[in-house]
Amino acid sequence: MIPASFEYHRPADISAALAILDEYGDDARVIAGGHSLIPMMKLRMADIEHLIDLQDIGELKGIFVEGTKVTIGAMATQHELIDNGDIARVAPILHEAALQIADPQVRYMGTVGGNVANGDPGNDMPGLMQCLGATFHLVGSGGTRDVAARDYYEAAYMTDREDDEILTAISFNAPEGGFAYEKQKRKIGDYATAACAAIVKIDGGICTAASIAMTNLSDTPIFSAEAGAALEGTACDATAIDAAVAAATGAIDPTEDNRGPVDFKMHVAGTIIRRAIERAVSRA
Amino acid sequence: MGKQHYQINVNGETKDVLAEPRELLIHTLREQLDLTGPHIGCETSHCGACTVDIDGKSVKSCTVFTAQVAGKEITTIEGLGTPDEMHVLQEKFREHHGLQCGYCTPGMITRAHRLLQENPNPTEEDVRFGMSGNLCRCTGYQNIVKSILAAAAEMNASKEAAE
Amino acid sequence: MNDMAPSREERIEGLKGLGSSRKRVEDARFTQGKGNYVDDIKLPGMLFGDFVRSPFAHARVKAINTEAAMSVPGVLAVLTAKDLEPLGLHWMPTLAGDKQMVLADGKVLFQGQEVAYVVATDRYAAADGCEAVEVEYEELPVVVDPFKALEDDAPVLREDLEGKMEGAHGPRKHHNHIFTWEAGEKEATEQVLGSAEVVAEEMVYYHRTHPCPLEPCGCVASMDKVNGKLTIWGTFQAPHAIRTVVSLISGIEEHNIRVISPDIGGGFGNKVGAYPGYICSAVASIVTGKPVKWIEDRMDNLMTTAFARDYWMKGKIAATKEGKITGLWCHTTADHGGFDACADPTKFPAGFMNICTGSYDIPTAYLAVDGVYTNKAPGGVAYRCSFRVTEAAYFIERMIEVLAIELGMDAAELRRINFIKKEQFPYQSALGWEYDSGDYHTAWDKALDAVGYDELRKEQAERVEAFKRGETRKLLGIGLTHFTEIVGAGPVKNCDILGLGMFDSCEIRIHPTGSAIARLGTISQGQGHATTFAQILASEIGLPADSITVEEGDTDTAPYGLGTYGSRSTPVAGAATAMAGRKIRAKAQMIAAYLLEVHDDDVEWDVDRFVVKGNPERFKTMKEIAFASYNQAIPGIEPGLEAVSYYDPPNMTYPFGAYICVMEIDVDTGTHEIRQFYALDDCGTRINPMIIEGQVHGGLTEALAIAMGQEIAYDEMGNVKTGTLMDFFIPTAWETPNYTTDYTTTPSPHHPIGAKGVGESPNVGGVPAFSNAVHDAFRAFGLRQSHMPHDHWRIWKIANSLGLHG
Repeated sequence: MIPASFEYHRPADISAALAILDEYGDDARVIAGGHSLIPMMKLRMADIEHLIDLQDIGELKGIFVEGTKVTIGAMATQHELIDNGDIARVAPILHEAALQIADPQVRYMGTVGGNVANGDPGNDMPGLMQCLGATFHLVGSGGTRDVAARDYYEAAYMTDREDDEILTAISFNAPEGGFAYEKQKRKIGDYATAACAAIVKIDGGICTAASIAMTNLSDTPIFSAEAGAALEGTACDATAIDAAVAAATGAIDPTEDNRGPVDFKMHVAGTIIRRAIERAVSRA
Repeated sequence: MGKQHYQINVNGETKDVLAEPRELLIHTLREQLDLTGPHIGCETSHCGACTVDIDGKSVKSCTVFTAQVAGKEITTIEGLGTPDEMHVLQEKFREHHGLQCGYCTPGMITRAHRLLQENPNPTEEDVRFGMSGNLCRCTGYQNIVKSILAAAAEMNASKEAAE
Repeated sequence: MNDMAPSREERIEGLKGLGSSRKRVEDARFTQGKGNYVDDIKLPGMLFGDFVRSPFAHARVKAINTEAAMSVPGVLAVLTAKDLEPLGLHWMPTLAGDKQMVLADGKVLFQGQEVAYVVATDRYAAADGCEAVEVEYEELPVVVDPFKALEDDAPVLREDLEGKMEGAHGPRKHHNHIFTWEAGEKEATEQVLGSAEVVAEEMVYYHRTHPCPLEPCGCVASMDKVNGKLTIWGTFQAPHAIRTVVSLISGIEEHNIRVISPDIGGGFGNKVGAYPGYICSAVASIVTGKPVKWIEDRMDNLMTTAFARDYWMKGKIAATKEGKITGLWCHTTADHGGFDACADPTKFPAGFMNICTGSYDIPTAYLAVDGVYTNKAPGGVAYRCSFRVTEAAYFIERMIEVLAIELGMDAAELRRINFIKKEQFPYQSALGWEYDSGDYHTAWDKALDAVGYDELRKEQAERVEAFKRGETRKLLGIGLTHFTEIVGAGPVKNCDILGLGMFDSCEIRIHPTGSAIARLGTISQGQGHATTFAQILASEIGLPADSITVEEGDTDTAPYGLGTYGSRSTPVAGAATAMAGRKIRAKAQMIAAYLLEVHDDDVEWDVDRFVVKGNPERFKTMKEIAFASYNQAIPGIEPGLEAVSYYDPPNMTYPFGAYICVMEIDVDTGTHEIRQFYALDDCGTRINPMIIEGQVHGGLTEALAIAMGQEIAYDEMGNVKTGTLMDFFIPTAWETPNYTTDYTTTPSPHHPIGAKGVGESPNVGGVPAFSNAVHDAFRAFGLRQSHMPHDHWRIWKIANSLGLHG
């Protein structure tokens, strides 16, 4: 498995990277950790003439927690996320989910930005970021703009990001309440058969806020506002959870693959969503 | 794009290599630098036979371009111990039969080395989780886990003795 | 004798011979990254070859345009079938008596088939060259189902065989039919079935999978035009057989071919056969005069080289109401893919599938196997098993479970009342084998006791009740297996591959200072031969194992042998080693007697020396004898101390074992957890317990993979769906349980040291143990049979079809 030839660029800052993107347009691609892109290049399923390595761009790095505001540079790796004590404290769902991504070696290289940016429905971070209500920060030659994670994904590998834009950071407010990232996979290193992120806030026995999102159960991550709504205002009893699971499974559209047929995935999704909600409720 | 010069530091020595940007690190190590310890198993970053250490991280060198690691410090299995002074992990893998065909072993040991740097007192579960990026077809992992736990114990014992 | 002299026990221990958990001599180089695998070989001027492969499973190749490829920088040549045809090398013989295209000759028969071979300066240029070769295909109808392949209007796959109704193994009855192979008594078995009190009938499918060693296949071919000698380094489990085959098909005299197997990164059967890459590399080296390397990538490996299994086994088993088995009938439809490239002894086109009566005293049996061509990759190798033994073991161990259900009996008890009894050995099976030795009841009772079988059954029954009450969504499965293998092929009178008798060999040279080198016809792929064969020899000749070098794999230096697969190394080459050692000892005895000035008969062997009978203080150690053999003129005895043995085994060996798997199954997700796995193996005399245990761990993990998810799956168009390690299931340390190993020892009566072989037992016994655990979990809800692999969705499907999802 040998990739085709390309030109390699390693810009030192964002403006240099944007200049290269502008110059080569469709023929250029940015590379972060490369653990999705390089296998595709080796299988010659991605044809890239100009590869723009973002590793030297300091502006894209770092994890910042200021009070309840969390900002994650696009080039922060999954390993850095797992290793970061502030994240474990203010957004433990991120810590829990990152540990379920790929394997140790891949997590050293794989970045949060790479995971959310390319629109691979198998990636875990997009659903999680939708659950968190995160904002993606983009920059292009026309300037910067923000897109809500819940509005970013259009179809498999199709996103709101323009070809000449780079995703620079992700930000969100630290979630409150109980949380869970539940994922079923065939083995370590596999994408999810079904995965669900759940955050549930309970005050005085009543759910005041709930957020449910799912991974690899449609051609995009799925945020189900209805599922959250089904829990809000309830005591998260069996009836409410049933309603939330029904709402969430109503929003997904899985396809058959080697992990199994659609009826199986629908059933497993229901189970995984239920477990995520129940675990989140138990921690709320 | 033609070949470029890249400087990498491998096992403590600076090396100047001439490579196309598309050249994968595993090929540079094996074919230009004759470091044939890291092996090629799956080529899609699933098996870990090509694992090397780059700036303190375990990395699958089949899924990184040499161009990307210019200026970085790389350690391969060849840099972990010497025939006269083998690394504790190398000794423990032998003692506990943690290898059979030997093909996964350099990647396994290189990965285990980093794991023990980060977590010097792992449980069996920590080891199984921390080694889950490396496949072995021969051993069923049981003796690999045993070897790593034994190495951790010995490394801690000698650290204590030194203190 | 002074007080400091080591005791007899110390002398035995110092040898590190049979029974010692000696540490492996191989490990120093492997742990330091100093192994020498084929891709590590680098020769001056070496070129690299790579294949253009067919994207289609069945297509006519209309045209191949190599012009653009030839203009790619670094590309030196592109070989197609047209280039090989004048040399007669566009097709090659398979191990099964069929022939296989080396490069597509007018059509392709499976996805990934080799179409053109690009030779370039390095692997990057070769890959670019492959991309640039233009091939025009005309797609043909695809058949991936062996039953559909046998329908009247099925497409003709092998046009080269059209009209030839006699194949390598007898008559063909359809254009996609390869052979029918039968064993046992058809009519008698049908009579038993017709009059039986109980008959259980089931289709048992053992799915297609792949050995997938971590190192893929590859070679370096180097034609030295000055000396006229062709050297091929490669991942060969049978280097001598490769040399002979290369000689036969190339016309190069065998002495001008040197085949070397360097370190091999796992084989498991994948590296037994000959592949187009070997032929093309040799041709390319002859054409260019330079060494040529070919290393397949993982997709090539999974898609094209040597699949395993793919047996549809229809079974009927007859018994009395009390559970005494009276007859067994089996018809197997064997999917061999586009070419019959099974690695079986010539007279056994379905391998040793006729071991399918298993551990049971079944008086009457019949087996028929029909081999079929489909648009899938060729192979049919013994993936960590002796030829088709894992299929046979899976079949009988499933049929026993199905019969237990039919009878409403406990499956452990059903096995117990049907085991061949200890006193029945040597036992003549209804399908033609003579089992050498066994003590199944002892092993079985030990296993059941070890896991607390009765308690487990109670817990299981309580779990079923709790499940029915809605208190849990997890079921408990208890997977039982008692397997009997047949390994160590084999007696030359009925075992050969391509006419090469399946003996094996060992040659020993004792050095003057009392160390030694032993060379064998086998080749280790991780089994630790350099360690264990030295142990056999240490016990035979009384020199420490640490002073004995074992060398394998170089046909210029090693004696001829058939290689390592089918657990044959210990039964055959291990026996040759012991026998060669005994020849050494016989000569040493004469030398010792001369030195001690007594008659030959007046000395006797004692651990590491010959002592004068009745006077143990007068002795000569083997070390002293070795020195004398070279340096002292002894009347009537030639100088030197060397021996060679070619061992033709009188029979196969029959290792057996009792495995029990306790598994938790989540009914809603189809996931599982192995709570306990107990493996008792009886491999006869145990050479190195540490290595045996390691073999068992590894084989069980391969069995876990196969039973619980590993498959080569095709879609209806013949596209491989599991071509990378993302989808081809190999468990990590995280999914793999700890195993408990145990043993009994029933030596083989015909093997010089009583050893039977163990490397493959855990795979043969493990697969049914895991699979039976899945089935057993659902037995209370009416499950009889569900095909492997038991991945999440298939287990979920079982639960769903049984109405367990409400």
